[in-house]
Amino acid sequence: MHEQNHLELTSVTIDFPTDKGPFRALDKVNLKIRKSEFISLIGHSGCGKSTVLNIVAGLNRATEGGVILNGKEVVEPGPERAVVFQHHSLLPWLSAYENIELGVKQVFRGKKSKAEMREWIEHNLDLVHMTHARDKRPDEISGGMKQRVGIARALAMQPEVLLMDEPFGALDALTRARLQDSLMEIHAALGNTVIMITHDVDEAVLLSDRIVMMTNGPAATIGEVLHIDLERPRKRLVLADDPQYNHYRSEVLKFLYERQKQPGENDGQAQTEAPDASEPEKTAELRVVSA
Amino acid sequence: MRTDTMADKYQAFNFRTLDRLLNFLSTENISANASKLITSIGIPLAALGVFLMLWSVLAAQVQTSLGVLPGPAKVWEQMMTLVDEHQAEREKEAAFFERQEKRNATKLASNPDAQVKIRPYTGQATFFDQIWTSLLTVATGFIIASLIAIPIGILTGMSQTLYTAFNPIIQLFKPISPLAWLPIVTMVVSAVYVSKDPMFAKSFLTSAITVTLCCLWPTIINTAVGVSSVDKDLINVSRVLRLPWLTRTVKIILPSSIPMMFTGLRLSLGIGWMVLIAAEMLAQNPGLGKFVWDEFQNGSSNSLARIMVAVLVIGFIGFLLDRGMLMLQRRFSWDKSAVLR
Repeated sequence: MHEQNHLELTSVTIDFPTDKGPFRALDKVNLKIRKSEFISLIGHSGCGKSTVLNIVAGLNRATEGGVILNGKEVVEPGPERAVVFQHHSLLPWLSAYENIELGVKQVFRGKKSKAEMREWIEHNLDLVHMTHARDKRPDEISGGMKQRVGIARALAMQPEVLLMDEPFGALDALTRARLQDSLMEIHAALGNTVIMITHDVDEAVLLSDRIVMMTNGPAATIGEVLHIDLERPRKRLVLADDPQYNHYRSEVLKFLYERQKQPGENDGQAQTEAPDASEPEKTAELRVVSA
Repeated sequence: MRTDTMADKYQAFNFRTLDRLLNFLSTENISANASKLITSIGIPLAALGVFLMLWSVLAAQVQTSLGVLPGPAKVWEQMMTLVDEHQAEREKEAAFFERQEKRNATKLASNPDAQVKIRPYTGQATFFDQIWTSLLTVATGFIIASLIAIPIGILTGMSQTLYTAFNPIIQLFKPISPLAWLPIVTMVVSAVYVSKDPMFAKSFLTSAITVTLCCLWPTIINTAVGVSSVDKDLINVSRVLRLPWLTRTVKIILPSSIPMMFTGLRLSLGIGWMVLIAAEMLAQNPGLGKFVWDEFQNGSSNSLARIMVAVLVIGFIGFLLDRGMLMLQRRFSWDKSAVLR
């Protein structure tokens, strides 16, 4: 394991201005990520996971500290750090092909010919198994298919880092499993560095090389980092009975439900919520039962 | 053997029940279809019937200086008179041109170098000519307003500074009645639009500009709201892609604000049509508004019925204009799922 610092978060701290003065959402987040590593960010709602992702994407600027990718500081968004949004964010008036084309035209202008671009777009559609829906618009395809197109759009930018904000959060369990398998395939083939936010403990253990567990906000930071030493390619059915896999799962669960209780359980401590706190998160709990 | 017959019987019974069931279902279907038909056509028809009945009963109670307030029958009769007048006028016009042609032909036959004059027909404008004038005027005013309002809406939607700058002005001018604008517009038009051979009549310009002034605001406001409320994720997509300003505007901001833009345009056209009638009355633009005003001044025993014809036609055209905008919206908007009312 050669330590080559590819993506580095150093003492990332962010304050959001509020009426009652600055609200510290993140406090001194430090993380070093190797090339091709798959990182999951897990934590309760409002712990600033999305904020971390947005800072890496360049959509938010850290108040203190910063992010360095390949020796260069991240100061603005860019296609080398592609984002897959939770709600697909496809342009509703464009077909799947045209949605991907928008990015490809921008990134490969002057580098690829028209024919090469078309081939590249079709290749990426094929990668997510969406060739059949090439000319369908987002409102004509299912949620899982939209998310596949969203992933294809991100991949088509040929990003070094793929940032995924709960990409499968809004999907049903079966669709989610299929997309996780697709994502593992793609990651094995392309070797992008991935940072994925999730609420799903199984998803985190199945996909990640490391799981970064975050403490509750305000002033959230990294609580623990769990290395997942499971051989790839991983098969969910085989792993279901694997004692090591189940050990990792219970480690994450213990962190979430013993060391970091749900905000609100530790009375009144976390009344101000970070900007990304939106829905009450019961999903992680439910998934434990269904697993 | 015995079991066989039992089975046969059972089968026969089964078929019969099936048959009956199918019959039942089909009559059920028919009655379901019938009830759908009744709700979609019958109810509006019944409401219309009740309305006409109340109208004819109640109108007969009102005695005005121009006679009894006309009921539906009288209005229908006047409608037919207006159609007849229109046809008579067209015949007169055709006859006029025929006479002129003949005269010119004989003139040319006797002297091939003769200068022939072709005079335009200057007969009375009929009700239907006036409808046409009104449509032309409202279209002119509305198109000018849209050409001004959409760019302003886009700019104010995109820039908070421009929005802050424009907002007080918009809010101030929005509630102004067309009747208040009209004298000012009239004076400005007669001062500025001085031409020996005017392309448009002054009354036409005055009415159209008044329509423009009242049509601007809903389009500006709705376009600005549409542009400023583009989904934040879509904006983030464009930031991640580093789309240049123009591409971002054309590919993301404009398409996503089109539904709101059309809402604004529809409101504007509706307001414009209402404003036009008032403007035409006062500016004496030869459209529906002038027709109503002239009939009112005329004060014959048929005037009220003729005004009511105009009122109904105004309503019907307003409805058609709205439907027309709706069809345009369906044609141009990506958001086919939007509820269109």
